[in-house]
Amino acid sequence: MNLSRKWLKEFVDIEASDREYAEIMTVAGQKVETTARLDAEIKNVKVGKVLSIVRHENSDHMWVCQIDVGEAVPIQIVTGAQNVRQGDLVPAALHDSYLAGGVHITRGMLRGEESNGMLCSIQELGLTHNDFPDACQDGIWILNDEGAHVGQDINEVIGNDDAVVEFEITNNRPDCYSLIGLARETAAAFNVPLKLHEPVVKGGGPGELMELLDVETPDPDLCLRYTARMVRNVKIGPSPKWMRQRLRAAGIRPINNIVDITNYVMVEYGQPMHAFDYRYVGGGKIIVRRAGADKTLTTLDGNVRNLTPDMLVIADETRPVGLAGVMGGENSEIAPDTVDVVFESANFDGTSIRKTALALGMRTEASAKFEKNIDPMLTLPAVNRACELVELLGAGEVLDGVIDILNYIPQPVVLPLEPERINALLGTQIPEADMIDYLRREQITVSDGKIIVPTWRPDLRRMADVAEEVARFYGYNEIPTTLMRGATTRGGYSPSQKLENKAGTAARAMGYSEIITYSFVSPSGMDMIRAPKDDPRRKQIKLLNPLGEDSSVMRTTGLPSMLDILARNYAYHNKAARLYELAKIYLPVEGEPLPREPKLLMLGSYGPGEDFYTLKGAVEGILAQLNTLPVSFEAVTDNPSFHPGRCAALLVDGKRIGLLGQVHPLAAANYGMDCEVYCAELNFTELLTVLAPEKTFKALPRFPATSRDLAVVCDETVTVGSLEACITAAAGELLREIKLFDVYRGAGILPGKKSVAFSLTFRAEDRTLTDADIEPAMGEVLQALERNLNAVRR
Amino acid sequence: MKDQLEQIRSRALAALEAAKESAELENLRVSLLGKKGELTAVLKMMGKLSAEERPVMGQLANSVRAAIEERLETRKAELAAAAMEQKLAAEALDVTVPGTAPTLGHKHPMNIALDEAKEIFIGMGFQILEGPEVELAEYNFTKLNTEEGHPARDWSDTFYIQEDSSVLLRTQTSPMQIRAMEAIKNPPIRILAPGRVYRKDEVDATHSPMFHQIEGLVIDKGITMADLKGTLETLVKSLYGEDSVVRFRPHHFPFTEPSCEVDVQCFKCKGAGCPTCKGEGWIELLGAGMVHPKVLEGCGIDPNVYSGFAFGIGLERMAMRRFQISDLRLIFENDVRFLRQF
Repeated sequence: MNLSRKWLKEFVDIEASDREYAEIMTVAGQKVETTARLDAEIKNVKVGKVLSIVRHENSDHMWVCQIDVGEAVPIQIVTGAQNVRQGDLVPAALHDSYLAGGVHITRGMLRGEESNGMLCSIQELGLTHNDFPDACQDGIWILNDEGAHVGQDINEVIGNDDAVVEFEITNNRPDCYSLIGLARETAAAFNVPLKLHEPVVKGGGPGELMELLDVETPDPDLCLRYTARMVRNVKIGPSPKWMRQRLRAAGIRPINNIVDITNYVMVEYGQPMHAFDYRYVGGGKIIVRRAGADKTLTTLDGNVRNLTPDMLVIADETRPVGLAGVMGGENSEIAPDTVDVVFESANFDGTSIRKTALALGMRTEASAKFEKNIDPMLTLPAVNRACELVELLGAGEVLDGVIDILNYIPQPVVLPLEPERINALLGTQIPEADMIDYLRREQITVSDGKIIVPTWRPDLRRMADVAEEVARFYGYNEIPTTLMRGATTRGGYSPSQKLENKAGTAARAMGYSEIITYSFVSPSGMDMIRAPKDDPRRKQIKLLNPLGEDSSVMRTTGLPSMLDILARNYAYHNKAARLYELAKIYLPVEGEPLPREPKLLMLGSYGPGEDFYTLKGAVEGILAQLNTLPVSFEAVTDNPSFHPGRCAALLVDGKRIGLLGQVHPLAAANYGMDCEVYCAELNFTELLTVLAPEKTFKALPRFPATSRDLAVVCDETVTVGSLEACITAAAGELLREIKLFDVYRGAGILPGKKSVAFSLTFRAEDRTLTDADIEPAMGEVLQALERNLNAVRR
Repeated sequence: MKDQLEQIRSRALAALEAAKESAELENLRVSLLGKKGELTAVLKMMGKLSAEERPVMGQLANSVRAAIEERLETRKAELAAAAMEQKLAAEALDVTVPGTAPTLGHKHPMNIALDEAKEIFIGMGFQILEGPEVELAEYNFTKLNTEEGHPARDWSDTFYIQEDSSVLLRTQTSPMQIRAMEAIKNPPIRILAPGRVYRKDEVDATHSPMFHQIEGLVIDKGITMADLKGTLETLVKSLYGEDSVVRFRPHHFPFTEPSCEVDVQCFKCKGAGCPTCKGEGWIELLGAGMVHPKVLEGCGIDPNVYSGFAFGIGLERMAMRRFQISDLRLIFENDVRFLRQF
């Protein structure tokens, strides 16, 4: 809502700089977004009097003028305009002046004649024909009839000596979408009187309103109130300068006196109005009804609008003539030859208006106001104010009488004033008398401890609402600052959050950086990771109104998100990346409205030195930090997202928790990556179920360990994992550690075979081991290896 | 013999002086004092001396030996010190060559900012809570006093999952207020619920269809607006320093009454007005208010017995301000050159 400070003066008398005004209003609850000086653009343009005007010696269309701009000596300005005469008052842009659009005017020579500035047209001053209808359209603006004087700043003539304050009005205060509403807030904030004006209509126009006009409201649920008056024998023309200036400050283009009056009243009262040309109100009848069978309406902007049956229209006997609360129809618009006018001042259901405006994509000033559910009591003073202005402007003859249909029963709202509860809620000790005074400032009466809530304050319904009014004028910043008393609570992280923090720390220690990706993804991601057609992860939750296909489903795997980010970094020529994300996936649950939302830990990497084992090492490292039960890995050869020979399932305590490996080159290629890409996807929520018991101290060994190296030759197909398992099982209880240190193929080893070397560590808790202890164990190991895996000592 | 001894002494001392390496010293020691050394050879001839001469010569021989030995030791130490010095000099490094550090990963700046906020509230007894992002309209709107027909519920603003508008992507973390009250039932309640939220905004420098909020809720007997102010002032001062100036101003949210927004005085201009604060002198931080009695009633908490406050903080804006990040898109782009900076 834009407020002209000059116009505001009609209602409240305050002295405050723009900055002070904004500060005081904001702190009292009406937030000022910006304050724009209207005279900020045009600078150093003054009213000048043409003392003389002679033809330019070297030009057949230019003139050399001597202009009195109120300085000691006249200045010479050359103009190409043909409508300037000696004695005229004109806008003179002096040397170093600024015009509309930031045009900078400086002194110069025009075909040998010095020109110390420029004479201006209205366009050059940022104005249009609508603002100054009498101004010359293709020449210099002649100010003879504008009440200007020599040397005056042109901004004063235009009415730019004003500031427009833009307020952020909250939803609960529809009354503040009006000048009077903001004037009331200003008066309350500054604690000064509010000067309100009761419209007075003389009336007496020819004819009987009731005979000329009939209004029906067959859909009372959508039309709470309909008020109308008639004006006859109107003289359509421009409205006076003061009205045009005020409308301009409010950001409204002046059109003609009748339309300007409706807009003026809308700004003043916040009540949208409409003026119909009576000629086109067929049968003298206005019917406010749902569109029903009517399919289209041409609005006054010339667009054909498609109606749906529930939209509220204003119709005559035969057809819709306006879209209720949004825009009038082309067929009933005020025209230069309009003779009789119907003023409509109505109250429509906010939700209905909002839906209509939204459906048709035409949010207007009027619909924006109606959708806030404005006070139905406004219609009558507003229509009277419009008629009063008609009479003031001499624009027509107002008929006696008002048509006023009320489709609701006004319910007075009375609340008890409860000072103790208010103070208890605010943590203050404000005396009751002060509370009553704060409310009085807002024109809210309190008598006998009862608050009479004005009709324009739908937001005051409970003690808490009243507490806010009290707090606003007591000052939010005056309320003391205390710390909570009462029972203390034990704050902190849940076990799963603690584990997340640990996992993040461990991942970063392994060199992985954290990323945050969108929860919604493209459904095509499933194709890009080569998921089979019947992959259950393709059952994704769909957004019914996504921003686009790319963000239209909730992810069921973290792989596409991770690959997107890796690919983006790759495309940016970042040499390497190690990334992790701890975030949710969204899995639909049959028969449930809400999905399951388990958390994933995703790891992803590419770049020099990255291979399957660096990824596996990182996963093992993280799991070790989390202290899970024993971890094992199993080859996975059939997951189409991964390299068939470089992919493993992660098992913790035998339970499958995740998958890791090199992304299948074809999947990587789908993301534009032609290098080796590694990803791991761990079900973090599942991990919570396979944690080892908390660690306790074990006594340090008192006796030395003994180690033995062992190299065996076996078939290629025998895995290190199976060799280790075999050794562990056979070695007995003295074996403490088994460590792979070499895998060798080549000279000395037959093709199809490999040599695998381990270092075995033995230790006892009660003695130093001797060969006699270890040799039998090694013997068992060798036998078992040969028997079970055909692996023989090299 | 005397001359011989004196000669050995002066020669030995000169040789020791001239020695450049510890190996030379060792050779000298052997050649002088060893079994077949010069001095030893002279001493062997002592038996041939007279009884008068013997003690005199003996004494002299011992003093020569002692002098040589002493000198030998000091020379050894000197040479060792010189060798060490030389070695260290040879080992000198260019200390301005960059260190070789293990490559550590980086926490996302959003979560750095979030963790800071979490720590502050945990210190005040808040429990960290999480909840669903695919949410019921009932929790996201209705129970938060945002009735059917409210503009926030429009399909143009909110992502919907069900045709009847009953399931959606939560537009705020505020449904966690309802979930916390329903789960905990008996106050005191002090929770902090950070998480992802979704609104139908196109991506630009200040908007993203997915972003993060931190919700806070306190319910107990006798909780006042003064407590709200105290708690949030603690937050602001912990985040932005003890000398930061906080301003509370009235605002409107459907689920709090009275409601407020909290500003901090612009750090750059100290309230004078500059481009950072868009000339206002203040920077908006968060929205808050006393929990609306209707919301309490809806969760089965008697507003005549209990009261509380709630607040919501936009995490992106907090992180962007904290690290002076100029464009929201950087947050979700995850360029390693960006991530490495934090």
